[in-house]
Amino acid sequence: MAVLLLAEMQGGEISLDQTGKAVTAAQALGDVTLLCASAGCADAAAQGAKLAGVSKVLCADDAAYGNGLAEPVAALIVSLAGDYSHIVAPATASAKNILPRVSALLDVMVLTDVTAVVDGDTFERPIYAGNAIQTVKSTDPTKVLTVRTAGFSAAAQTGSATVETIAAAYDPGLSEWVEDKVQQSDRPDLTSAKIVVSGGRGVGSEEHFKIIEALADKLDAAVGASRAAVDSGYAPNDWQVGQTGKVVAPDLYIAAGISGAIQHLAGMKDSKIIVAINKDEEAPIFQVADYGLVADLFDAVPTLTEAL
Amino acid sequence: MRVLVPVKRVIDYNVKVRVKADGTGVDLANVKMSMNPFDEIAVEEAIRLKEAGTVDEVVVVSIGVKQAQETLRTALAMGADRAILIEAVTDVHDDIEPLSVAKLLAEVVKQEAPGLVLCGKQAIDNDMNATGQMLSALLGWSQATFASEVGVDGDHATVTREVDGGLQTIKVKMPTIITVDLRLNEPRYASLPNIMKAKKKPLEVKTPAELGVDVTPRLQIISTKEPAQRSAGVIVKDVNELIAKLKDEAGVI
Ligand SMILES: Cc1cc2nc3c(=O)[nH]c(=O)nc-3n(C[C@H](O)[C@H](O)[C@H](O)COP(=O)(O)OP(=O)(O)OC[C@H]3O[C@@H](n4cnc5c(N)ncnc54)[C@H](O)[C@@H]3O)c2cc1C
Ligand SMILES: Nc1ncnc2c1ncn2[C@@H]1O[C@H](COP(=O)(O)O)[C@@H](O)[C@H]1O
Repeated sequence: MAVLLLAEMQGGEISLDQTGKAVTAAQALGDVTLLCASAGCADAAAQGAKLAGVSKVLCADDAAYGNGLAEPVAALIVSLAGDYSHIVAPATASAKNILPRVSALLDVMVLTDVTAVVDGDTFERPIYAGNAIQTVKSTDPTKVLTVRTAGFSAAAQTGSATVETIAAAYDPGLSEWVEDKVQQSDRPDLTSAKIVVSGGRGVGSEEHFKIIEALADKLDAAVGASRAAVDSGYAPNDWQVGQTGKVVAPDLYIAAGISGAIQHLAGMKDSKIIVAINKDEEAPIFQVADYGLVADLFDAVPTLTEAL
Repeated sequence: MRVLVPVKRVIDYNVKVRVKADGTGVDLANVKMSMNPFDEIAVEEAIRLKEAGTVDEVVVVSIGVKQAQETLRTALAMGADRAILIEAVTDVHDDIEPLSVAKLLAEVVKQEAPGLVLCGKQAIDNDMNATGQMLSALLGWSQATFASEVGVDGDHATVTREVDGGLQTIKVKMPTIITVDLRLNEPRYASLPNIMKAKKKPLEVKTPAELGVDVTPRLQIISTKEPAQRSAGVIVKDVNELIAKLKDEAGVI
């Protein structure tokens, strides 16, 4: 069995964390070939070659792949697919856009957000916002899956795979990139941070969100938010944690002013330690919290930041 | 231009999901069902495009059990013009896989020739997030997923997408498939007169056999189980106790 693993690329850069976690999940499935598809990605391919468990890197360096558009990247993967039993990617927004397209072109079902590999055909994935875990067995010749990275640790960077440059495949030219509005931040990435501090509707405004950010900075943590906080404009969309946002499993998750709707819990309930700060002692978040503090967050959060 | 909106009947997002004791699935008997929340947003967007004069007709389609007619009537009451039900199963517990849904939708697209398909980003029951992308692949059309802003302009659409690092804007050739995210719009409620009017709007029923699509699943469901449960911990009295617990007991700071 052989695995083609799509590296997570942002521009020409590889995310070693997300890619490395998918490598860990894919190890059980066979020999792993990593595909770096982007523009100006030779350095990224060399970095990917260091991920332990990767036996070969394919580098497809072409302008068509520079912005991760689904149609050309899917066409490239399909052109390579014949050699592999499994096509795998970390379950990022980028791969969720691309892999279902690949699977339909191959006439196979996709398995999204896989949380455990049982064997080469059998996988676990959460359904109903994580309220049930389904074990499914694929009867398709090629398995196409995205892996929820929160449950896997990243492969070490001790490998030395060979890098092979490959030509671009046919680009159907159906879409064009216009612009990216990407938040630049010195904070750790939400999906790889050891600590996450999240704020909800209770924080009340974009300005007040600064107290959440101050606590995060004190702890060298990433900042998260509930959907209500994002929808109200207190926080940017890429901070959303939950069923339809990011799934995180840090060592410590601090939720302030978040009620604990199942859609939010779906994104954080596998965190090692959960702290809830909420003024309503009945808030459902307390049912999953290891430590609950019934308090006004405007007192508790700055006090906590001070005291640390 | 005609717009096609696939709408799925799913468990209401407020309902507490229960896994059946025998591990065969989730209990859907006598449970409140609603339109998938993302699909409500897609219907709303289609109606707004019609109100803006970009679109002439909004056709909604659902694949599933006979009761999915109710979901279609809800979409008609919101303002869609007509509906198609593809009756593919009789047991509410049988879900049709995204690949089969996409194949059925591709056949409907051939018959209806829409210029745009607006799907939800994900069905909140199977959480697959796949159908729109698959349909686009089968048709050889462009795709724009996770849309938070949509502008249709002649032979192109400009779509802002929610991605991991923030937002991405792309320009796609029409016809296209757009899958919608939560912040695209806020769906309207159907008014009582519109609910009454919706009862008279056309609703056509088809079967997978009529469309020549084999809906045999590719994934065998081996088991469905409850996730590991967390138990509630302790309530601390103040910030100092919290810090002490995090340092000494949990060792996470
Ligand atoms: C299809 C769908 C998908 C969804 N996906 C997501 C998702 O991915 N992520 C997500 O988060 N949600 C998601 N939601 C929304 C979810 O259902 C909830 O509406 C949302 O999580 C609520 O956010 P909240 O807890 O911040 O707000 P609320 O539920 O309004 O809670 C605010 C909390 O703040 C507390 N509070 C207020 N003031 C203070 C104060 N001064 N000090 C301390 N506490 C205070 C209140 O007691 C309350 O508990 C989704 C919903 C749907 C329908
Ligand atoms: N059975 C169905 N009937 C109608 N539309 C569906 C069905 N299944 C999926 N869809 C559409 O595809 C979207 C994504 O679903 P999924 O890929 O299952 O997460 C939904 O939001 C719907 O717009």
